[in-house]
Amino acid sequence: MRRLKRLLFILALMLASPAFADEFITLASTTSTEQSGLFSYLIPLFKQASGIDVHVVAVGTGQALAIGARGDADALLVHDREGEDRFVADGHGIDRRDVMFNDFVLIGPKSDPTGVRGLKDANEALRKIAQAKAPFASRGDDSGTHRMELRLWKAAGVDVAAGAAPWRRETGSGMGPTLNLAAGLDAYVLADRATWANFKNRQTLEILSEGDRVLFNPYGSILVNPELHPYVKAAAARRWHEWLTSARGGAAIASYKINGEQVFFLPEAMVR
Amino acid sequence: MDDIGQAFVIALKLIAAGDAELLATVGLSLAVSLSAAAIAFLVGAPAGAFLVVQTFRTRPALLVVLNALLGLPSVVIGLVVYLLLSRSGPLGFLGLLFTPKAMVIAQAILTLPIVAVLTYRATEAYWTNYRDTFLVFGASKLRMVRTLLAATRGALVTVFLAAFGRAIAEVGAIMIVGGNIKGFTRTMTTAIVLETSRGDLALALGLGIILVGLTVLVSGAAFRLNQRMSDY
Repeated sequence: MRRLKRLLFILALMLASPAFADEFITLASTTSTEQSGLFSYLIPLFKQASGIDVHVVAVGTGQALAIGARGDADALLVHDREGEDRFVADGHGIDRRDVMFNDFVLIGPKSDPTGVRGLKDANEALRKIAQAKAPFASRGDDSGTHRMELRLWKAAGVDVAAGAAPWRRETGSGMGPTLNLAAGLDAYVLADRATWANFKNRQTLEILSEGDRVLFNPYGSILVNPELHPYVKAAAARRWHEWLTSARGGAAIASYKINGEQVFFLPEAMVR
Repeated sequence: MDDIGQAFVIALKLIAAGDAELLATVGLSLAVSLSAAAIAFLVGAPAGAFLVVQTFRTRPALLVVLNALLGLPSVVIGLVVYLLLSRSGPLGFLGLLFTPKAMVIAQAILTLPIVAVLTYRATEAYWTNYRDTFLVFGASKLRMVRTLLAATRGALVTVFLAAFGRAIAEVGAIMIVGGNIKGFTRTMTTAIVLETSRGDLALALGLGIILVGLTVLVSGAAFRLNQRMSDY
């Protein structure tokens, strides 16, 4: 009985313990950014420079914006310009800044039945896939990637509304599970380069088309408006925001490599 | 099949290497689930025993509700706790969202019905046999509850393990209230989800094997503790 009481006492102590002494902010970001491994690289550098830790809640862009709108995050790092602008216009965010961009690549089976390999025009590639009704895996989760995919279909003039394109499968989940589905079905899929570089279950999939400017994916950092959400850690969040968009933050971003390749590029490089 | 063989190798390598991140994740899983199961047990076991000894008009309805709660989807509990702890919610000032404490709260709520219902079942049989003895000796309700709990100790170990097992297996609710933050609220189960979504199935399975091993260890420790206690 004494032993049990001792155990319970220890548990009670664990629960009553105060929050960690480290100062930290909560950053709402996207699954693709986290899975690229960028945060594991950047955050220790920021912590060294400022003493502030960054807790990253990685969800789809839609959910990240929703978390910010509830004031549950102190800052956002997402990649959906329209969503970001609306977030600021609604008063939830302030001081939106460009941070970096990466690009999307069109991936498909080695056999490439629709013949899109090497095409420089993404619209043409998507049109070919639609015409051939080849299986295509979509995120379908209101993420930045999903929103970009929908914009591309619209630009290509393909109707992908519910029921109009049965060859296109929506997984309603992250980039990883969607790639898993594509690998399993030998389907085409649009993915961000960083997630693809880290993805291990490729089977017959490989990059078939890349480089079209419409596939570029810009990231924005936004501070959650402390006037609307009083519990936001405004000062600490601003330090992160400033560091990220400074020369030091930029150098850190540009030096992050996966398998020797740079995956995130600074806004200056976009003016090509 | 290849993945399963690889998974065992990965699991062993991770354990042998004493990988710091793995140890932190394991530690968090244990701390959160043990705390949650302990809270649920401390509240639910006396409650379950009390329901046996105290009769009141609405007792049958309450029992039905408790049994129904056993089937409540955990992800719904996660969502409700999220809305309560959100900075925009009633308990936002506590700053608990996206912390391990939020996960403990969600899991404690989740496992409370399990403890209450199973304790009720365990003590009911004992009660039927000894009810008259209790009444003859004029025992107070509190004394009756304490005696019931002491007498069914063996079964109560199983009740605690059932609560712990349910807690440590939880994924959905704790992802919502915890945020799966690396190095802070990432548990074994949420790490498995993450690695699966990254396509690293062997690593995910390896983590799963370690998780199962952990549960077996805790179960063994609980039974040993019970034995030692019975020897006093």
